[in-house]
Amino acid sequence: MTAASTTETAVRIHDLDFAYNGTPILENVNLEIMARDSLCIVGPNGGGKTTLLKLILGLLKPDRGDIEVLRQTPEKSRLHIGYVPQYARFDPQFPITVLEVVLMGRLDRIFCGAYARQDREAAEAALAEMGLADLAGRLFAEISGGQRQRVLIARALAAEGELLILDEPTANIDAASEEHLFELLAKLNERLTVMLVTHDIGFASKFFKSIVCVNRQVVLHPTSELTGELIRNMYGGDIRMIRHDHRCSPEGHCSHGIS
Amino acid sequence: MEFLNALADPAIPFLRYALAAGIMASLSFGIIGTYVVARRITYIAGAIAHCVLGGIGAGLYCEHKLGITWFGPLSGAIVAALLAAIIIGLVSLHASQREDTAIGALWAIGMAIGLLFIAKTPGYIEPMSYLFGNILLISEFDLWMVLVLDILVVGTAVLFYHKFLAVCFDEEYARLRGVRTDLYYLLLLCLTALTVVLLVRVVGIVMVIALLTLPAAVASNFAKGLLQMMVLATLFCSFFIGSGLAISYSFDLPSGPTIIVIAGLVYLLATGLGQFRARRN
Repeated sequence: MTAASTTETAVRIHDLDFAYNGTPILENVNLEIMARDSLCIVGPNGGGKTTLLKLILGLLKPDRGDIEVLRQTPEKSRLHIGYVPQYARFDPQFPITVLEVVLMGRLDRIFCGAYARQDREAAEAALAEMGLADLAGRLFAEISGGQRQRVLIARALAAEGELLILDEPTANIDAASEEHLFELLAKLNERLTVMLVTHDIGFASKFFKSIVCVNRQVVLHPTSELTGELIRNMYGGDIRMIRHDHRCSPEGHCSHGIS
Repeated sequence: MEFLNALADPAIPFLRYALAAGIMASLSFGIIGTYVVARRITYIAGAIAHCVLGGIGAGLYCEHKLGITWFGPLSGAIVAALLAAIIIGLVSLHASQREDTAIGALWAIGMAIGLLFIAKTPGYIEPMSYLFGNILLISEFDLWMVLVLDILVVGTAVLFYHKFLAVCFDEEYARLRGVRTDLYYLLLLCLTALTVVLLVRVVGIVMVIALLTLPAAVASNFAKGLLQMMVLATLFCSFFIGSGLAISYSFDLPSGPTIIVIAGLVYLLATGLGQFRARRN
């Protein structure tokens, strides 16, 4: 625990159930995430990680139970969340400049017409913080995967939220970019709560204070508790990932019992 | 130049009207065409364009059979285009699967309704001129219509540029920033519908979609960003229309197909050049 930790709650989930087309995805979820925590959401594909994220963002509604994000409903606190989607899902030919992408973080501040000067300054500052100031005029499609990832983080920062949520940020980027990403996140964690979804458990222990295991059930552990036993329970089977050093393919995580 | 003399000839005003309508409409075509190409909704725009025939048929029927003089083919086209945009938009937003089947069906149903109305309208009406355009039909009134629609489309598109950009690029994120993305998507389709109506007289329902997407597609080979693409697409569009009209007049060819063939050739050339450059790098 560092001095920056507070006793405030960033996310509180109480007795939550969620089913999709009659198939239960999440059951009886209770979770409390403290402000300035840094946590990693792990679990097998189809285990409900993305669903949990979308519930917190208010993109999905729970069937039962309730969610409080930054002391409000998810819909109301949405604007105070910096969300970083997977960069790989974007149309690679879409003609948009890096600065225009980052300015989207300020979209709620204008109704029509051009962005105000302070919006441009915030976007440029966020780009500079990610070390990308000189890419502002480039096309988003032209830059590398790792750079696109950081542009999307800059966009989330430009929104000036309290909570940063990243969906699979380590998918499709090389080792050096991943290293760099975690250095940046560690710095941002000094002022923001950081949540990250991954199915790459290996690095979980390096940076995160807590780990949330999602496989229909949701369990929060301090990182120090992450053991082979725990991972086996979570993935519901005998798995080989422990020998996988710190990077492994999605297939490497799961043997059976995965939808 | 024979064409320039013809433009100045008071005996053939339609050529002037066609050129003026084409140049004015290029602005809408460049801007909306860029959104359509970038968002990859050419198929949806095509369906809207074809549904316009339903409105034209209804307009002709109202005018000639029912004697409603204020509701002609052009008013019918506008109403049908907007209606089609909203219905198709709602289908594409809410149909979780088989979206393309539903849109394809609407495409054909819209045309069928138009042909039925035309069949029941007294007097002989040539559907060809609506399907493939006929610049002889352009009147001064049409010119005013084009101007008003043009201002409406361009004004809205410029005012909400950042919203449309965000909705096209990353709809989910735009929603998380508090934007009513469904509404802006429908608005964009309505603007597409109005744009299509602008040049139905010049190139017709069937070919208008090419004039909407080809200039933007050519521009995408050179543009850095959406704004540049819009400017370039507008320039290309007015070039296609201007040169198409000149060539069709000089060689006594139908103007709509001439414009589309020029646009198509330039598109192939630009895409080929783009591929060549990409391979050399």
